[in-house]
Amino acid sequence: MRLKCPLCGDRDRREFYYYGAEDYLHRPAEGAPLAEWDNYLHLRDNPAGVLRDLWYHEAGCSQWLLVTRNTVTHEIASVELVAERAK
Amino acid sequence: MPELIAKSALDGRSLTLAGVTLAEASAGPITSIAILQDGAKDVAKGLKPLGLAFPKPQQFTEKAGVRIVWTGRDQAFLIGVAPPELEGAAVTDQSDGWTVLAVTGVAAVDVLARLVPMDLRPAAFPVKQVLRTQVSHMNAIILRTGDYAVEIMVFRSMARTAWHEVQTAMEMVAARSGIKI
Ligand SMILES: [Zn+2]
Repeated sequence: MRLKCPLCGDRDRREFYYYGAEDYLHRPAEGAPLAEWDNYLHLRDNPAGVLRDLWYHEAGCSQWLLVTRNTVTHEIASVELVAERAK
Repeated sequence: MPELIAKSALDGRSLTLAGVTLAEASAGPITSIAILQDGAKDVAKGLKPLGLAFPKPQQFTEKAGVRIVWTGRDQAFLIGVAPPELEGAAVTDQSDGWTVLAVTGVAAVDVLARLVPMDLRPAAFPVKQVLRTQVSHMNAIILRTGDYAVEIMVFRSMARTAWHEVQTAMEMVAARSGIKI
């Protein structure tokens, strides 16, 4: 598996550290109901198909990346900088 | 204040095997310039007197012995000169934090192919390009400085390990080419 880092280009999977689901980008607001926190912390889909998750370019530019990929076909649809996305 | 003598990590040593030379290069001052939000214009203005522009990803430029090297998102290293007054950026002295290894020679790329998980041949890695990747398992900044010349920046604390890794690869390449070492 290779990821095309928007800054560094095509790199081997071993240059990246895996974090988890995109859900971590959507932290509930302070005072949100417990069910929302429960969802944020613990509940994950496990799709056979398109998945969005977070990777860290540890051996490269030290950026967090949002990767859209397919768990069935192994296709990488997109790799975005989390920092640019938040702007 | 007394004049203190800066000592490099490897005493400027060098080694040549089978036409490949590994040498510690002296870089001079190294300054990290990290652009703050909306600071790009001010940084560009501050760099103008040096005749340098903030580099694009994976690029470095050089003017009169002074280099500016892309090192990350909105971050670059100014190398070889004391930093100018800069607005719009977090400016940090990194001079003591890095060791620079110069690897030169026709087979330099063959040596590094054993250590670096990137294609460093000229077609894929032309002059004036820079990569952030790894040498063995050490994070490094790798610059293509000439047709047969590459410079590797590693954390100073890793200097001797990096030297050992490159030297070992040089010995292997030399052995392969049938030259007694
Ligand atoms: Zn990267």
